[in-house]
Amino acid sequence: MSKLIMNRRGVLKSGAVLGAGVALPTIFTASSAAAYTNEPTGGTVTLGFNVPQTGAYADEGADELRAYMLAVKHLNGEGDGGMMNTFSSKELKGNGILGKKVEYVTGDTQTKSDAARASAQSMIQKDGAVMITGGSSSGVAIAVQGLCQEAGIIFMAGLTHSNDTTGKDKKANGFRHFFNGYMSAAALAPVLADRYGTDRKAYHLTADYTWGWTQQASIAAATEAKGWETVANVLTPLTTTDFSSYVAPVINSGADVLVLNHYGGNMINSLTSAVQFGLKDKMVNGKKFEIVVPLYSRLMAKGAGENVKGIFGSTNWHWSLQDEGSKAFVKSFGEEYGFPPSQAAHTVYCQTLLYADACERAGTFNPCGVAEALEGFKFSGLGNGDVEYRADDHQCFKDVLVVQGKENPTSEFDLLEVVEVTPRAQVEYAPDNEFFAGGSLGQCNDGSA
Amino acid sequence: MDAILLQLLNGLDKGSAYALIALGLTLIFGTLGVVNFAHGALFMIGAFVAVTLSKLMEISKVVIDPTKVDFLGNPAKIKTPYVTEWFGSFGDWMIDYTIPIAVLLSIPIMILIGVIMERGLIRLFYNRPHADQILVTFGLAIVLQEIIKIFFGSEAISVSVPAAFAGPVDVGAFLGLDFSIFYPAWRLVYIAFSIVVLGAVFAFLRFTTFGMVVRAGMADRETVGLLGININKRFTIMFGVAAAVAGLAGAMYAGVNKPVFHMGMDFLVLSFVVVVVGGMGSLPGAVAAGFLLGILEALASMPLIKDAIASIGLPSIDQIIIYLVAVIVLLVRPRGLMGKAGVMED
Repeated sequence: MSKLIMNRRGVLKSGAVLGAGVALPTIFTASSAAAYTNEPTGGTVTLGFNVPQTGAYADEGADELRAYMLAVKHLNGEGDGGMMNTFSSKELKGNGILGKKVEYVTGDTQTKSDAARASAQSMIQKDGAVMITGGSSSGVAIAVQGLCQEAGIIFMAGLTHSNDTTGKDKKANGFRHFFNGYMSAAALAPVLADRYGTDRKAYHLTADYTWGWTQQASIAAATEAKGWETVANVLTPLTTTDFSSYVAPVINSGADVLVLNHYGGNMINSLTSAVQFGLKDKMVNGKKFEIVVPLYSRLMAKGAGENVKGIFGSTNWHWSLQDEGSKAFVKSFGEEYGFPPSQAAHTVYCQTLLYADACERAGTFNPCGVAEALEGFKFSGLGNGDVEYRADDHQCFKDVLVVQGKENPTSEFDLLEVVEVTPRAQVEYAPDNEFFAGGSLGQCNDGSA
Repeated sequence: MDAILLQLLNGLDKGSAYALIALGLTLIFGTLGVVNFAHGALFMIGAFVAVTLSKLMEISKVVIDPTKVDFLGNPAKIKTPYVTEWFGSFGDWMIDYTIPIAVLLSIPIMILIGVIMERGLIRLFYNRPHADQILVTFGLAIVLQEIIKIFFGSEAISVSVPAAFAGPVDVGAFLGLDFSIFYPAWRLVYIAFSIVVLGAVFAFLRFTTFGMVVRAGMADRETVGLLGININKRFTIMFGVAAAVAGLAGAMYAGVNKPVFHMGMDFLVLSFVVVVVGGMGSLPGAVAAGFLLGILEALASMPLIKDAIASIGLPSIDQIIIYLVAVIVLLVRPRGLMGKAGVMED
């Protein structure tokens, strides 16, 4: 009997060892044959697009996917070329990347870190993706960025706005084109102080995960520096759909500003609740009650409808910009899909082009070569003016837009108005800024180690 | 005080949805002995009756207006809904009152769906173990929500409430309090509506011959059958009624929160906990527990309570309060608040 138990244990043990072996990315073992993880050997190269197709950020995910498919088209020489024509770097010729036709696979992050890691892992191991890009939700982006670092894959972050993505959780293999909570706060606070005065009491409702925490901290610090008082910060679970019980206490809290550190479906629902409770028309402390949504997008504005009128926020990009890059992108995207692109679509389109361009300039898909080409890269023509990928933390630095919900929209897409283009210098910070301290890029990993 | 009153209203609001769904679950369990995990999906379908109606109302005649341009510089398309085109101001009124119209429409639609579900699938599982019933109804719920996802997508869809109920109203003044409590009008309508529906269901069971037979059947199915009454037919109708209650709740709820394909599942799990806390098979228990848990959930998300919990070093409990209460209730009263002996214990 005891022998049998020993045998069973033995089986269990070897099973566990085997399981662990399988669970380890096979790329570690396969890499002995290739120079780096998923080196493309045939006539094609595969990119992995990991976006939320369900969950609170599904709207943004769907738009990201549209932009990725458009970028692939342009890289392969189909369509009108979009921003490839206005991009300051002229390496991209419309013949794929390094002469290889671009193909792609997609995954559904479900706006959940574990699901996102699983889908990224599957794209790396099963589909041979040489680069993973996507996001919407910083929790997801940080989780996948960590996975890509271990696997020796470049991660081009999509819509992720947490300071931590290029702060304490930054990784050598990860790059972010999108702006962050600190930049939003630096751009927004002066405008808020100017419009609403310096004597304000703010009540924060904050999505309870990395993005919400870091954005809330940034906004609170920046507005407090302007004289505002933060009366409360209430954390709300990401899965909340009915915010009434979080919004109701705001009414008699003495606050005269509600800051919604929510994004996507969360923001649509919390803003709807706030409007249902009549906060937009309230007078408190002798002032008109105001609502602020620090990170804004047209998709959210569309979802929230009438409710966004007059509300301030910041955004990475907006389709109404009149520079050549933006115009080319809006035309290309608009003709393909029948409506203008969102900021999520813009940032992932840029990331795809930037990755492809870096491969061309490096002459390789090797993540370490690509990373080197991206570090310190200065470019323009992608809709944000002059931009730099800072080598210290792999964060893009560029102008930030302060926007406001339009009072009299002229069309169903004309929902936000750009009230200020905050220059890059005003939102820039030192790599060791307190909001970004801790963590380090570490060493680039190409999977050959 | 006003903050607590507000959260009580929020609790009643949440509780009404829980109570309506839990009532249907209990009705089906009590009559047919089936644990119907597809009940949340019926609530969701109710909400999508409202969505569908609002989409139908929005179908518009498109006219190209060369004097205006769209975002790409092409001539703009001006849309006029056909109902406005056909019925003039009555059409506009219909668009405004989409949800109430959807609520009326949902009654026959949901009874039909309920009867088809019962006759077509669930009937075949009466003599199978509860585990099988749970599996098949859970599977059905997934199928239904995926069908909705195919047609309506994964994004939440907004349905407007009638303009007259769009803003908040002062409940404080209404109650004669010396301070004002502003609460969204539509949520108040929702609470009142739920109470009316709950009352109607209880009255139906209590004061009609049909209801009496159903109650008799719930107590002793075999004897009622021996008396020559076709109890199965009546139970099928009760399944339809339970489906209609879920559908009504869903259609009304479309104005409270934007319907999304997974809303049924979100509510089902909580409503099931409500049924267990209320006591399996007890209709008043389900309703009482629905309101109780709704109110506790609302109170737990108050900053005051959140801060107090955080100060003793615990994470926030607003998302788990319902389960926490369920654990405590089941420890103290294993049959739930108003549960009867012998239910699901054989």
